[in-house]
Formats: sequence, C-alpha cells, structure tokens
Amino acid sequence: MRRIKIKFLLATLAVFLISGCATTAEERILDLNENQLKLRSIQTRAFDTSDKEKMMRSVMATLQDLDFVVNKADYDLGIVTGSKFVQNQVLKMTVIVREKDKNQLLIRANAQYGIKAINSPEPYQDFFDALSKSIFLTAQQID
Amino acid sequence: MCALFIFNSGCVATSTNVLRTPEGNLQARQIEMRQFDTKDEVRVLSATAAVLQDMGFTLNEVEKKLGLIVGSKERDATVPGQVAMAAFVDILAAAGGSSSNAMATVDAVQTIMVSCVTRINLEGNKVAVRVTFQRVVFNRMNQVSRLETIKDPKIYEGFFEKLSKSIFLEADKI
Repeated sequence: MRRIKIKFLLATLAVFLISGCATTAEERILDLNENQLKLRSIQTRAFDTSDKEKMMRSVMATLQDLDFVVNKADYDLGIVTGSKFVQNQVLKMTVIVREKDKNQLLIRANAQYGIKAINSPEPYQDFFDALSKSIFLTAQQID
Repeated sequence: MCALFIFNSGCVATSTNVLRTPEGNLQARQIEMRQFDTKDEVRVLSATAAVLQDMGFTLNEVEKKLGLIVGSKERDATVPGQVAMAAFVDILAAAGGSSSNAMATVDAVQTIMVSCVTRINLEGNKVAVRVTFQRVVFNRMNQVSRLETIKDPKIYEGFFEKLSKSIFLEADKI
C-alpha cells in the first residue's frame, strides 16, 4: 500500500515538473518572456552603406547561397522572406532592411526551425558572416 | 525520472548549424544560375515569368525592383511502384488476418515551389538568373510525407534551355 502511494506521489511530481516549465499556449502569441534586448542584438547588425537595393539583393543572394528559396521580397518595406527544408523540417527566415541613418543600414533577421524560434547567437552570426562576404562590408554589432 | 528528462529533451531540434554556408554551395550555384548577355533585367524577368507560365506555374509573388518571381503548382505525385507495393502489403496483411493501411500512406499530391532571382553583374553588362525549386509531397491522408529541395542538375538544365529560347524569341519580337 505504502509503495503504491510513493509511486503515485512520484508520478504526480513528474507531471507537475513537466507542466510547470511549459509556457501556456497563449503566451506563445506574443513571446514576450524572452530577453527582448538581447535577442535584438543577436539578430541585428549595421552595415556602412546607404544602398538599400544592393543590400536587399545581397540578402536574397545570401539566402540562396544558404539553400533557401526566396518566397517574398518588397523593396519599399525592405522585407525578404525565405524558407528551406532541413531534415524534413521547415526553416523560415525573414530579413528586414531599414535605414539607421544617412550612412548606415540596419539588418534584422529572425528565423524559426520547425516549431521553435532560433534564439541562439551562432546561426545569426553565420548568416551575417555570409552576408558580409556577399556585399564586401563588415557587419557591425549594434548596442 | 531521469528517463523522463531525457525523453523531454530528446525532441528538441538542434538548430546550431542551420545557417552555416553549406559545403558544395559553389557547385549548387553553378547548377542553379545562368547569365544572359543583356543589360535589360526586366526583359529577363518577363521571359522568366513566361517560361514559368509555360510550365503551368501560377505566380504568387513578383518584385520587379529586386528581380524576384515566385511561383507554385499542385500536381499528382503518385508513383505506380509505390502504390503496387502498398497494395501488396495490405493484401498480405488481410490474408494474414490483420488489417493494414499502407495504401493511405502512399504519395498522392505534391506542391512544387519555384523562386527566380535576377541580378545584374558587377560590370553591368549581363543579367544572372538563379532559380531554385522545392517540393512538398502529401500522402493520401493529406499528411506531409516529404519536404525536398530539388538538386537534380537535369531539371535546372531543362529550365534554362527553355528560358534562353524564350529570351531569344522575345528579343526577335516575332
């Protein structure tokens, strides 16, 4: 009898542990629990150029180099979206190009892999490395 | 308990390398890209649109300023051999007294996506076109059975053959 009780308690504890660390489904709509500032600096770089068209074309070429299919692009809004398939999962990425000031452009990228947002710095670093090679400019970290 | 944690963490997809420049990307570029001896990017774009239409694609997205055309089409994806195999498995199962539903998992429909990006080269005297194809295959239960990026050089050669013919024709204005 006592053994059964302990087993039951352990099982209950396990259920609580699992459900406790999951965010509710509604929280995922805004995803505001992440460290927004940190994420922004991971996903953003500045480039010393004012040529938006050249920058956007380089973004598209870089995405293609990385095996993406470019799905959407809009010059006026500075948006490029692409997707690629990795191990039977979809990787989607949106890159937005906008003016920081007269001499600089800000590039922000965000990506999701399967049903998870990519929040670690390495993939974005890889992307910006490829982009700087493509446009022959250095990607600068923003504060 | 331990097993529970391992089970939980096991389903997290690893995404560290997904944006690293893939090996062999230069060869891929050679396969997917061609240059045309013209300065007129819009002409290349409209020829590309015409070729895609010839191939039965509907165009989903066009951005003239950046040189992008995106199209897609839905087609049958049935492979006769696969259907025969599934039918065989189902019949065997039935003969053995159990039920199997292999027929429901055979490929049925595919969505093919194409994306073309044009770009004027650094010297400004040639227009390059880079095209990429993807396809998503659904089975008879309407579940995704495969996600593929098309890598077969023959498909790209076929596309560019049509495209150069189309540009030639339009240049001649027959």
